[in-house]
Amino acid sequence: MSARGTRSRLSSAALHTTLVLASATAVFPVAWVGLTSLQTDRNTWSQPDTLGTLGLGNYIDVLANTQFATWFANSLIVAAGTTALAVFIAATAGYAASRMRFPGQRPLMWMFLITQMFPAAVLIVPLYNVLSDLGLLNSYGGLILAQCTVAVPYCGWMLKGYFDTIPISIDEAGLIDGLSPFGTFWRLIVPLSKPGIAVTVFYSFITAWGEVAFASVFLQSEGRYTLPVGMATFVSDFTAEWGMLTAASMLVMIPAAVVFFLVQRHLIAGLTTGGVKS
Amino acid sequence: MTTLTTRPEAGAAPAPVPPRRRVRNPFRANWLRKHWYAFAMVTPVVAVLGVLVLYPLGRGIFLSLTNANEMNVGRTIGENEIEPTYDFVGLGNYIDVLSGAEGTFYSRLVWTLEWTVACVTLHYALGLGLALLLNRAMRMRGVYRMLLILPWAVPPFVAAFGWRLILNDKGGVLNAVLQGLGFNGVGWLSEPVAAKFAVIMVNVWLGVPFMMVALLGGLQTVPKELYEAAEMDGASAWQRFHAVTLPGLRPVSGTVILLGTIWTFNQFPVIALLTGGGPGGATNILVTEAYERAFQGIRDYAGAATYGAIIASMLVVFASLYRRWLERQTSERLA
Repeated sequence: MSARGTRSRLSSAALHTTLVLASATAVFPVAWVGLTSLQTDRNTWSQPDTLGTLGLGNYIDVLANTQFATWFANSLIVAAGTTALAVFIAATAGYAASRMRFPGQRPLMWMFLITQMFPAAVLIVPLYNVLSDLGLLNSYGGLILAQCTVAVPYCGWMLKGYFDTIPISIDEAGLIDGLSPFGTFWRLIVPLSKPGIAVTVFYSFITAWGEVAFASVFLQSEGRYTLPVGMATFVSDFTAEWGMLTAASMLVMIPAAVVFFLVQRHLIAGLTTGGVKS
Repeated sequence: MTTLTTRPEAGAAPAPVPPRRRVRNPFRANWLRKHWYAFAMVTPVVAVLGVLVLYPLGRGIFLSLTNANEMNVGRTIGENEIEPTYDFVGLGNYIDVLSGAEGTFYSRLVWTLEWTVACVTLHYALGLGLALLLNRAMRMRGVYRMLLILPWAVPPFVAAFGWRLILNDKGGVLNAVLQGLGFNGVGWLSEPVAAKFAVIMVNVWLGVPFMMVALLGGLQTVPKELYEAAEMDGASAWQRFHAVTLPGLRPVSGTVILLGTIWTFNQFPVIALLTGGGPGGATNILVTEAYERAFQGIRDYAGAATYGAIIASMLVVFASLYRRWLERQTSERLA
């Protein structure tokens, strides 16, 4: 390391101190929730200086005595469904917007941009009516479609931008070799766009996994609740089951972290790696 | 190196419009034949957004022109269908809200702007700072990056629950630490000013990693040769940052600041789950205020739709001004 020798000891120490402090700030809340989830003595939840007995009692409580497992499965179905649907249709549209010139292209990009601006509060009442007319209230499909209003515009916008960074000579080579435009997209551009697609997959999954406003209005029976809706019942004005809430929180972070670690490799990969050397 | 963009050249003239009616049909068919592939790839998105965004949006605007609430909208109870009985009131709702005669629109608006500016500024500044620190060779770089991105992997609702535990007035760890240092405890969730500070803090914690990742990606696209050239010319670190890094980041920065502003302006879970808009509505931004109107107490659908339409139009105006400004910046630089 010292062979590089471009940085003095002092500035290196300052750099690492800053990063350690920043990392500690980033990790502390998660670690604190994790610690609290292990405190089985409920009196210690509001006493930061005492640990009390540690154990997995809260986890057992959550898994055995609540519908947590059902909510978990519901959230997984909704998040995975939203991600698959949104990223696929947004990718085809983003590719068309990046490579082809067609009437309505600018309005489409504007729609992507502007739709992202609509807060749930604007759409939630009329969307409730639409889903009710389609018979999709209190169903996975309905919530997946509702979440797509958030995920699709973002994914379309980001993927169009990503596809723009891929040299068009790759498409031309594909077309010359006899691939259809969709074939070019599917066989050449998608594999080259893994980093960009990873970001959108990650984003859609995380967003759908944590969505609160739509889920708390469109889901009505406890068996259909997603995690945020179900877990909010642990801490209300009347009860404060911090043990169960923190244990559930830790269990919720795991799938998010799994997806995260699967895609993080691609997250910061160079934007135009491989492909055509210009 | 050839150009990477696929933008049509500015000089490319639009297809000439056929002069006579006769020609229109073949032109139409041609038009479809020419573009059907693009349309086919775009159709699913247009269908989804049309049914789930444009139609509800239109309906929302319609509702904002009525006095619809829970009591008078049509609904089906069992077998019985109850006809809607709300009336069309024109722009009455908008006049009530915008004149300040009804409710607290302007105080909510001011707080929403403070919240948005504070959060986005801190997101961007901290994200850029960390991205610059991470964008160099050093030991443990991967570990730092992993730890720093962690808040992004935490769903906002989990973060809100966790921070509530930390910020609790009595028995929260933050107050325990402050008291250990000899300060008084702060009512993070029960005093208006402290609660505002708390929601901004939590949202900054959540939002910095996204900015950091996006800007780090942007930093890596800035050609190394530019830095080398600047160094050869004797540019200081600050000059390199100002003359190479910032312009190189402009496309990424433009997008993430725009997105960040919109997301922050519309942030729902942090405020709804951390303070519930309280104490006494002090931390309610426009979006949570609209949601409260729609789904708490007697559901005021028309009032919520009015707020929604005002929020949406403010954002549309903001985005078009911002885009125009960005385009002007870019063209000035090229000129």
